[in-house]
Amino acid sequence: MTRRAAPVVKKARTARTRRPEARSLPGPETIRREELANGVVALCRENFSSPSVVVSGYLPVGALEERPEQAGLADLTASALLRGTAGRTFNEIYEALEASGASLSIGCGKHFTSFHGKALAEDLGLVLGLLAEALQTPAFPEPQVSRLRGEKLTSLKIRDDNTGAVAGMTFDALAYPGHPYAIPEDGYPQTVGALTKGDLHKFHQEFFGPRGLVLAVVGSVPAGTVLDEVQRALGAWTRPAQPTRRPLPEVQPPHGIVRKQVALAGKSQCDIVVGAPGPSRLEPDYLAAALGNSILGRFGLMGRIGDAVRESSGLAYYAYSSIGASPGPDPWEVLAGVGPANVERAIDLIRQELRRFATRRVTTSELSDNQANFVGRLPLQLEANEGVASALLALERFSLGLDYYQRYADRIRSVTRDQILETARRFLDADRLLIAVAGPEDGAS
Amino acid sequence: MTAAGNRLLRTRLRNGLEVRLKEIHTAPLISSWVWYRVGSRNERAGRTGISHWTEHMLFKGTPTFPAGVLDKAISRDGGTWNAFTWVDWTAYFETMPADRIDLGLRLEADRMANSLFEKTEVESERTVIISERQGSENEPTFRLSEELMAAAFRVHSYHHEVVGDMADLKTISREDLYAHYRAFYVPNNALLAVAGDFRIEAMLDRIRALFGAIPRAPQPAVRMRPEPEQQGERRVTLEGPGETAYLEVAYHAPSGAQADFFPMTVLDSVLAGASSLNLFGGGLSNKTSRLYRALVEKELAASVGGSLSATIDPYLYVLRATVRPDRSPEEVLDALDAEIRRVLDNPLEASEVAKAIKQARALFAYGSESITNQAFWLGYSEMFADYAWFEGYVDRLARVTPEEILQAARKVLAPSNRVVGIYRPTGGGAHD
Repeated sequence: MTRRAAPVVKKARTARTRRPEARSLPGPETIRREELANGVVALCRENFSSPSVVVSGYLPVGALEERPEQAGLADLTASALLRGTAGRTFNEIYEALEASGASLSIGCGKHFTSFHGKALAEDLGLVLGLLAEALQTPAFPEPQVSRLRGEKLTSLKIRDDNTGAVAGMTFDALAYPGHPYAIPEDGYPQTVGALTKGDLHKFHQEFFGPRGLVLAVVGSVPAGTVLDEVQRALGAWTRPAQPTRRPLPEVQPPHGIVRKQVALAGKSQCDIVVGAPGPSRLEPDYLAAALGNSILGRFGLMGRIGDAVRESSGLAYYAYSSIGASPGPDPWEVLAGVGPANVERAIDLIRQELRRFATRRVTTSELSDNQANFVGRLPLQLEANEGVASALLALERFSLGLDYYQRYADRIRSVTRDQILETARRFLDADRLLIAVAGPEDGAS
Repeated sequence: MTAAGNRLLRTRLRNGLEVRLKEIHTAPLISSWVWYRVGSRNERAGRTGISHWTEHMLFKGTPTFPAGVLDKAISRDGGTWNAFTWVDWTAYFETMPADRIDLGLRLEADRMANSLFEKTEVESERTVIISERQGSENEPTFRLSEELMAAAFRVHSYHHEVVGDMADLKTISREDLYAHYRAFYVPNNALLAVAGDFRIEAMLDRIRALFGAIPRAPQPAVRMRPEPEQQGERRVTLEGPGETAYLEVAYHAPSGAQADFFPMTVLDSVLAGASSLNLFGGGLSNKTSRLYRALVEKELAASVGGSLSATIDPYLYVLRATVRPDRSPEEVLDALDAEIRRVLDNPLEASEVAKAIKQARALFAYGSESITNQAFWLGYSEMFADYAWFEGYVDRLARVTPEEILQAARKVLAPSNRVVGIYRPTGGGAHD
């Protein structure tokens, strides 16, 4: 199946921001929040329109906790949590899940270990029980750990042969020298290859605990029942000496144009990443940056960047901009895939758009269109249980307040053109950018 | 009325446009899909990729809605839209807040007949599509799959990839594209499926007003060349850069409407894991499937999966494995063949079949949460069968017996009915 990525964007007209019915949006009346005595926070919202339930959440344990020489340790640990526990073998865990048509996965990023489960409502207890076992009493059994390590090493080889992944890693290395963000969460073949069962066990013992664990349960189960199940599964977990995360080092903006190109044999297309470290989700002006990013490289599918690089010039199949939404300084970047002959032209066009973005205010109609989009798309984002669970977790992760989505339209409407220009100037300067290119030898080197 | 109590309408306008409407009042959203019965299956050598390129051109504007206006209009209203081209069909969808769907309907009615295909836009899109193909070529799995399809279909037009061959992408003209559009984008070759928060009567009135005046046209000629029965195993070996080997084994498989499709679905679930019915992902893990245990747990492969597609003509059941660096594709194939022999020698255990049915029930429930996904199935099922196929999906699976699966497996999984594809990495890697 071939999917179209970026249709056209040319004209605009001013739009009125519609406000979805506030009562239909998650808020204090429909979100149940409970904090257990051990610090676990549970958020639930009932939805009886289909007989299923979603369990999503996170712990504040990630790649930031690992030492550079053990890059990939947090990721491997998270992946190994479901490979066997004190009470069940790998096969017993997955037989229970798959025989019920349920799923549960645990993964890891820079800041968080995240989990996601889905089941028919009658199997909520099963999923919560397995999750609790995996988080509290993982066994890290052999040969499961060595098998998993082998699977990870295979995926690292695939990653290191992928132009998009290589361009992204090259960009991170340029943007975050000496910073944990320079290191890929899944590590390197040499670091992952050296990790042992003992390393995983030690990492789990040192960092995992109930404080900071947040889970959202959304679906066809009464909130009271959910909270009873959560208490049963996770209420007894204690960890008195759970450590607190060290603050992240400061990130410096680029001092000029810094460019690196990596050649990969046998490739047909180049992937380009252009940008700089961007704002954290916790910054007061994050919404201004997010609206600005939408204008720059999202709206109408790909915003100004899509118009310049794809629609007007026909240079790329995909071209868009991206901004993070984490507690750290994720990249604010433009990404494009172009033929080797078009790399320089695409980079020039991207820099032109960034210069315009950081020197002139967006237009009134651009701002109102994007404000309308941010508010209008909420019902679609909150249509399925997964979307609601993700939204609830964001409330807790960034201390937004249970009425955030009900106040969301007003917050979006209060963002001004000057605020967007200010954030653009702060983070994106066309003369101080990091540029990474990965592709065929004749196009990228 | 559907089993879930949602009102459903099947009808056809006088100009031949098929209409399927389904009321779902769980969220204030409506998803509208227009399906055209044209895909890479309808293409011949020299014009491969033309259906997909035509799909791109339908985003390039009409006199009423110049290029770019609608992207912004739909985004402004909080909607999402996209299009897909596949072997059998091309589909366009908008999912929007319920009170804004009229924009999507007006757009689709307009571009069914009035797309411009301006020459400059055709040329601009040529490089975009070539770039899309080059991006796919970066992936060894795309290149292996392309070779596998070409080997499996010597005669039938499932032979080539949807994106088309590079030679054709360089030579297809504006006139070729416009002729393709005029031939296939006619109401009597299309189906409109709408699901969501509306009343059927009002929606049908609006659809008649918007689409009813588009004139019927001659029915597009469809000249299929059936694939003759394969007379022996075929093998394809592809070499290229990288450090990872891949194995793909493709068996000629029943079409979506054939009775054997259902036992094969259960068999796929047992062999390689249950496949999601959700258009946008969200399946189950496959760690208790037979092939996972035989290939991944035995540390021969890093991953394994299967795919069975519901198509108009008999297509392929494909098993794919990523070979671990310290193993060879041949070792993985040997282990896979041992599992295939088990399937051919003895019926599946009743417990395995029961698990597959439970998984299908759960996935069916998950898939029904999204209105976009419901509208997708309202149309997709009509491309190769009808909506009753989808409504009866779980019940049909539940009636499948181990003996039926054995019979289907012996037809499909015969060695003479397959193509084995191997990607052998030649090394390489990155350098500054």
